[in-house]
Amino acid sequence: MLGKLSLEAIPFHEPIIMVTVAAIVLGGLAIVGAITYFKKWGYLWHEWLTSIDHKKLGIMYFLVALVMLIRGFADAIMMRSQLAMASAGAEGFLPPHHYDQIFTAHGVIMIFFVAMPMVIGLMNLVVPLQIGARDVAFPFLNNLSFWLFAAGVVLVNISLFVGEFAQTGWLAYAPLSGKEYSPGVGVDYWIWALQISGIGTTLTGINFFVTILKMRTKGMTLFRMPIFTWTSLCANILIIASFPILTATIALLTLDRYLGMHFFTNDFGGNMMMYVNLIWAWGHPEVYILILPAFGVFSEVISTFARKRLFGYGTMVWATVAITFLSFIVWLHHFFTMGAGANVNAFFGIATMIIAIPTGVKIFNWLFTMFRGRLEFTSPVLWTLGFIITFTLGGMTGVMLALPAANFVLHNSLFVIAHFHNVIIGGVVFGMLAGLTFWFPKAFGFTLNEKWGKRSFWCWIIGFYVAFMPLYVLSFFGAVRRMQSYENGDWQPFMIIAWVGAVIILCGIACTVIQFIVSIRDRKKNQDVTGDPWGGRTLEWSTSSPAPFYNFAHLPEVNDIDDFWDQKQRNGGKAPLSKPPYQDIHMPKNTWEGPIIALFATVAGFALVWHIWWLVIVGGIGTFAAFMARVFREDVDYYVPAAEVERIEREHQQRVEMQA
Amino acid sequence: MATDTLSNHEGHAHEHDHHDTAGTKIFGFWVYLMSDLVIFGSLFAAYAVLLRGTAGGPSGADIFELPLILVNTFLLLVSSFTYGMAVLAMNANRVQQVKVWLAATFLLGAGFIALELYEFQHLIHEGFGPDRSAFLSAFFTLVGTHGLHVTFGLIWILVMLVQLQQKGLTSMTRPRIMCLSLFWHFLDIVWICVFSFVYLMGVL
Repeated sequence: MLGKLSLEAIPFHEPIIMVTVAAIVLGGLAIVGAITYFKKWGYLWHEWLTSIDHKKLGIMYFLVALVMLIRGFADAIMMRSQLAMASAGAEGFLPPHHYDQIFTAHGVIMIFFVAMPMVIGLMNLVVPLQIGARDVAFPFLNNLSFWLFAAGVVLVNISLFVGEFAQTGWLAYAPLSGKEYSPGVGVDYWIWALQISGIGTTLTGINFFVTILKMRTKGMTLFRMPIFTWTSLCANILIIASFPILTATIALLTLDRYLGMHFFTNDFGGNMMMYVNLIWAWGHPEVYILILPAFGVFSEVISTFARKRLFGYGTMVWATVAITFLSFIVWLHHFFTMGAGANVNAFFGIATMIIAIPTGVKIFNWLFTMFRGRLEFTSPVLWTLGFIITFTLGGMTGVMLALPAANFVLHNSLFVIAHFHNVIIGGVVFGMLAGLTFWFPKAFGFTLNEKWGKRSFWCWIIGFYVAFMPLYVLSFFGAVRRMQSYENGDWQPFMIIAWVGAVIILCGIACTVIQFIVSIRDRKKNQDVTGDPWGGRTLEWSTSSPAPFYNFAHLPEVNDIDDFWDQKQRNGGKAPLSKPPYQDIHMPKNTWEGPIIALFATVAGFALVWHIWWLVIVGGIGTFAAFMARVFREDVDYYVPAAEVERIEREHQQRVEMQA
Repeated sequence: MATDTLSNHEGHAHEHDHHDTAGTKIFGFWVYLMSDLVIFGSLFAAYAVLLRGTAGGPSGADIFELPLILVNTFLLLVSSFTYGMAVLAMNANRVQQVKVWLAATFLLGAGFIALELYEFQHLIHEGFGPDRSAFLSAFFTLVGTHGLHVTFGLIWILVMLVQLQQKGLTSMTRPRIMCLSLFWHFLDIVWICVFSFVYLMGVL
């Protein structure tokens, strides 16, 4: 009846997990209680969960990402604590099977459920506004993408207290992830969480690719698009081309595990190295899916706060395009030690090093944009400066890893860990936090507190260096990744320093949380009345903050890069306001099918993990039925009357006039 | 219109009517098909890698029955023709003819699936199931994934028949018939590759 599921699946004997679960359950009950008490279920359902508004979806992506950041960080600090303790024969507090789940969950959560939703959330919030569109090309799909992503989040979190998570490392290398060596349900949770959310990501990629190519406003040629939109376009091309490989690879692993096939097994002709090739043919483009939009954020931030047009717009675009292409021909550098031969390794080593060239072009573009600009040291600029230094360092250790000969020594050591945290924290995390601060007023209508933002920055950057520089050193002593304890007591001081670094990063996260609280408290004082708090250059700043649900009363027309900046110059430094006559605006309607489809997909995923076949059928039929409801629905859109548009625009204009 | 990718004029041909216009839908569907093609590409690559992984079991030459596959191929090719006729009928606004041609396409596609199921069942019955060897795993998965796509196409045809009955040829059903057309011809092209690289080269 319940497949492999029984009460024994709940880890009552693990105090750490049970306390966590208790906290989550109590917190969840408190939230549910609060929503019920304030009678907000209807509001939540009609205004948020069923919303097809790209701005609200962007906010929801970010909200989930921040919650999952805390979960992923909890894993990180547990690992650092374990390694600070488990020296010279000591066992620490995490037994190997638990430690292995933690490093796997940490990687999976941080990449798929923190970095990805931050990037996609920011694209949702910003891209349609930057190209002067009222929505994305396929608003319903956008909602569905979010909920499929949320289904993955739910499955990963369920694995915490029902059963276990994978103990294989974040990419679940076969044959370790096969039935023979991972007989439990951990890998199955990994499979279905990533498969369901990955489909959502592919749909997002298609959606935004079409949006950027088809929905740009009048005069917005490709080479007038803001750089963030360009980098998003390239990231979406990477999603469309690479995520299907992940889908296929996970499907093959699924067939091995569920139907006894032999794609990646040791015996019966299987080929385990094919798994590593396939997963990295997706995995390497994936890291550029994360970093390219971050590059876009830095470009916007730096040109805005230096009060200059970005230096080298054209080279920035072509550097992005070059990286997009090159990201597909470097995957083998993740496993030079496979033994593909000197020539193959040389090709991939050189291809990898070549990526440093367009990246260097970008670094110089940012530096020259600042050169002789009037740089304002706001917190987004601090994140950008911290990024330029940290990412350059991380890039250089990356070039070191790209040397096949050196890689044979460094492979699987803490050097790799230090390197990719160097670029992911210094690049993606800094970029997303800069983007969050930069575009927050556009989403909520008030700016974030600068003081706490800067404190967060200093904690993050100092914490990063304290936490990860010791790992570079340790790697030269021979410390490998994914070890639960070590014999050599000389390593312990470095491990303790790294732990201190993690604690400093924790302070950074705490500063961000305090920043939100303080900013919400002071929202009246920090209100963004004009919609253009930073003296912005691109179209998203031409509309009010928060942007009205239809984005633009009249679709804007652009004649140049940074056209909004020129418009302000022509208008005496002020943003031109919209004028009557207004027209009816055609908008898509909210829809319940997205969350319901994802709900049934979650049920099906959970049932597949536990082999509860009847429930799989229920989930499958539910998914199909909800999708059919959408297919047969005709009232998918409506018109906002011109009078309503006029009312909303007048309100905004009155506020602007009152402030003036 | 669907190939005109770099023009963004469609979006504001009418200022109010820029959501899900037919051209955007069809272009989006093209992009989806390209992503689906990457899945097939991965499966073809896996098949090529595992071709010799027969583990003492049969190779392609031992088990493929080309006459059956030839019949199958013709069923699918003819179904592409009938689908083309359906689109021509749609362009001529003959809804009844569209339905007839869609029904014909459905029958041909169903015949294809029936033959494929027979082939699979026969192989499994002989002890050459997908768990016998890596080669057979890759074979069943590649061909089966194509078959699964055709099955989804069949369901989609049924949905379109119902919608044509209910609504006729509208701005909602027309782009869907066009997308299904792309899907169906796409599966045809994938099958040509399966036929050539798996079956023909398998028996060579």
